[in-house]
Amino acid sequence: MSRRRRTLLTLLFIGAILVVLAVYFPVKPLPPIEGGPKEIITIHLDSTDFPVSNSMLLSWIVTILLVVLAYASTRHMTLVPSGLQNLVEAVIEAINGLVSDIAGTRGRRFFPFVATIFLFVLLSNWLSLIPGVGPFGVKEVHTVNGHQQEIIVPFLRSPSADLNNTVALAVISVFMTQVFSIMALGILGYVKRWFNFGKLGTFLLALVGLRPRKGLGGLLFWGIIDVFVGFVELFSELMKLITFSFRLFGNIFAGEVILIVMAYLFAQILPLPFYALELFVGFIQAFVFAILTLVFMTMATQHHGAGAGEAEH
Amino acid sequence: MDPNSARLLATGFAVGLGMIGPGIGIGVLVNGALNAIGRNPETAGTIQTNMILGIVFAEALGILAFVVSVMLGLGIFGGAA
Repeated sequence: MSRRRRTLLTLLFIGAILVVLAVYFPVKPLPPIEGGPKEIITIHLDSTDFPVSNSMLLSWIVTILLVVLAYASTRHMTLVPSGLQNLVEAVIEAINGLVSDIAGTRGRRFFPFVATIFLFVLLSNWLSLIPGVGPFGVKEVHTVNGHQQEIIVPFLRSPSADLNNTVALAVISVFMTQVFSIMALGILGYVKRWFNFGKLGTFLLALVGLRPRKGLGGLLFWGIIDVFVGFVELFSELMKLITFSFRLFGNIFAGEVILIVMAYLFAQILPLPFYALELFVGFIQAFVFAILTLVFMTMATQHHGAGAGEAEH
Repeated sequence: MDPNSARLLATGFAVGLGMIGPGIGIGVLVNGALNAIGRNPETAGTIQTNMILGIVFAEALGILAFVVSVMLGLGIFGGAA
């Protein structure tokens, strides 16, 4: 038998198995896909109810895991690391190297935030891919478009697929960027990043006659440009909140929907490549969130005129 | 066309048309980065980091389109959800 024939026969055989499987396990109707987190526990603190959603529960588990990992790996620290300490040190060293590559000596200050964001997002993305996080839950009857439907409310849900969590991360990231910026540039330098009336003021002084009238046109032109750039930067700073939170949310939520749809189309093999893709996307999104935070912090602490100070978006 | 179907069409068009630009941009970016890595493989690490940064900036525009689409879908700009 020639090689080509053999390949053809193998392909036909695999195709036949797939067809049999597809006929034997017909496509089920897709359940309604839940867009947001659902409340599963309510903690009663005297006279106020504190709702705990399923996404929140998983983010608490992630936090506890990280704390326990940090404690367990540093309990018996040795100069020559081994075991758990070795693993954690390798991860921390890799992040530290990246941070000091991008931010230089200032990186020491940014490192805790960047590393925490990276580890938290990475662990929550990967933990939510464990089989069993989605499907186990309580059955609830909801009324959708007039008729009743049974919906499974899962106990655990990916924190990144909940907009509340990603907005919180984005607020932390952007707020700390402002704090570092004020610490590095001082209040005056910080305000000047947004409202730069320096050249326009000089132009007005020259117009009144308090300064020598030289190069008036250039002063006016660059003054207006500076003011305009300040407003654009202010706007892009606000846009950061939106892009940070929606990037993480959109990627992870879309990944979950893809996995559900693929599982309902053909549950036998089809989800496998998408599962691998989601592992990759989870890592990339954690990396992007951390690196963007780091780069914005680096740009915000740079003095103007020292180089790349313009925050493009 | 009743307002609701117009809103649903707009939801799809907003994200569909809005993603064209970032898609082209990301393609151009990765093209340049891979060219650079091919010419100078030692700098692959730095180039990759910068490439991801550039991709993220291009992607931000797509995310804005997505946000507009979500707002349309939820009926924030008007029309019943």
